[in-house]
Amino acid sequence: MRRYFQVAWAVLWKDLRIELRTKDIFTSMAVFAVLALMIFNFAFELRIPDKTVVIPGVLWVAIIFSGVLGLGRAFISEKDRGSMAGLLLAPVDRSAIYLGKMLASLLFILVMEAFLLPLMVIFFNTNFISLPLLLILFLGTLGFAAVGTVFSGLAVNTRTREVLLPVLLFPVMLPVLMAGIRATIGFMEGETLIDMMKWVNLLLFFDIMYLVVAYMTFDFVVEE
Amino acid sequence: MAAPLVEVIGLRKAFGRHRVLKGIDLSIETGTSVVLFGPNGAGKTTFLRILSTLSRPTSGTVRVAGVDIKNNPEGIRQYLGLVTHAPLLYGDLSAQENLSFYARLYGIDDPERRIHELLERVGLLHRRRDLVRTFSRGMVQRMAIARALLHNPPILLLDEPDTGLDPQAAEMMTDFLREIGGSDRTVLMTTHHLERGLELADRVMILQGGRIVFDKPSGLLSYEELRPTYDEYVGKGVAVA
Repeated sequence: MRRYFQVAWAVLWKDLRIELRTKDIFTSMAVFAVLALMIFNFAFELRIPDKTVVIPGVLWVAIIFSGVLGLGRAFISEKDRGSMAGLLLAPVDRSAIYLGKMLASLLFILVMEAFLLPLMVIFFNTNFISLPLLLILFLGTLGFAAVGTVFSGLAVNTRTREVLLPVLLFPVMLPVLMAGIRATIGFMEGETLIDMMKWVNLLLFFDIMYLVVAYMTFDFVVEE
Repeated sequence: MAAPLVEVIGLRKAFGRHRVLKGIDLSIETGTSVVLFGPNGAGKTTFLRILSTLSRPTSGTVRVAGVDIKNNPEGIRQYLGLVTHAPLLYGDLSAQENLSFYARLYGIDDPERRIHELLERVGLLHRRRDLVRTFSRGMVQRMAIARALLHNPPILLLDEPDTGLDPQAAEMMTDFLREIGGSDRTVLMTTHHLERGLELADRVMILQGGRIVFDKPSGLLSYEELRPTYDEYVGKGVAVA
């Protein structure tokens, strides 16, 4: 078991090291998120009097769309560098590689969210950030990274990999997205965490389900 | 008689309707260097990918050290080192960082000592802190060999390791491969370079159309004999001298 987590940690360490050096993933996600925010901001400013009602939708759409860019790179960059085989040759259960990759993607998206949230407060001129909202964001992002990393591994061996990832991912992500948006609306309307527990539980259920399914299928997903 | 280290029985592989390997049977004893020649599309890379557990066979059996690779792929990978024309390295990590990463994947004891030893052996110790993307093709390929040898595997699989190397770098690599071949390590290499391959081999095979059509000890062959044999099975103008 120790070896398993050693390998997961090695993959995470390697991805962090490369990202700190190149900043490829963070830059593309952050630029996309800012552009999405600007477009939404200008579009809604012209049409609705209270912009705060659209914040939950804008927040989650910006996270999901920019997050897909980061998730796509999880395995595409390995394939493009020709290093994918090096990972798959490791004498360990391949789900350890999945775990390392998933944690790296989760971390990249969380960092992007930490950059996005203050920007949204400025753009929409309202402080909607709260601890329960951060919890919901974490749980939603965990589910997103869990399932997105598997689909990234699946899409990487196809010719239409950039297109295939969102096409596969978005329908599967709908329950997480729905629960995340509902809970965000609730918190912005002053509901407590206890009131929102059904959405929290739904997020937890899907997070666990995605992680278990990913653990069981990853070996088949990446093999020819 | 000891069991062969690598045993392949009736190996077939198809991608959809396209049959790449059409029934391969062979066994390789410990310490043997086998060189597999064949034209592009003959199935050499597919064969090595199956041996290295990167690809599943459509049918047939592959045993490494007596263990079926389907039953214990994780265990088998500990026996194997793979060098391909892609180096399986990260350009944005230094030589040292690349090998440290792979040392963690393989759970190597005392990785610092082993990495130092290998970098010295491949002549890259002085470049250990440099990013791999700043290396020449020959240096990258030497790094790839160091990576493959990190866990001291008893079997080394080399898939056209001389592709893209200039003659000098290719010659250096041949010398290095001769040195690491040793008596205990089993080497299976594919190449288009007949003379270089023959020099390294104990046994020569030709793969054509998904089948092994020629298999002979290299001691019984000179380049002058191998060239027309290769042309006869494969056709002219494919392999190089």
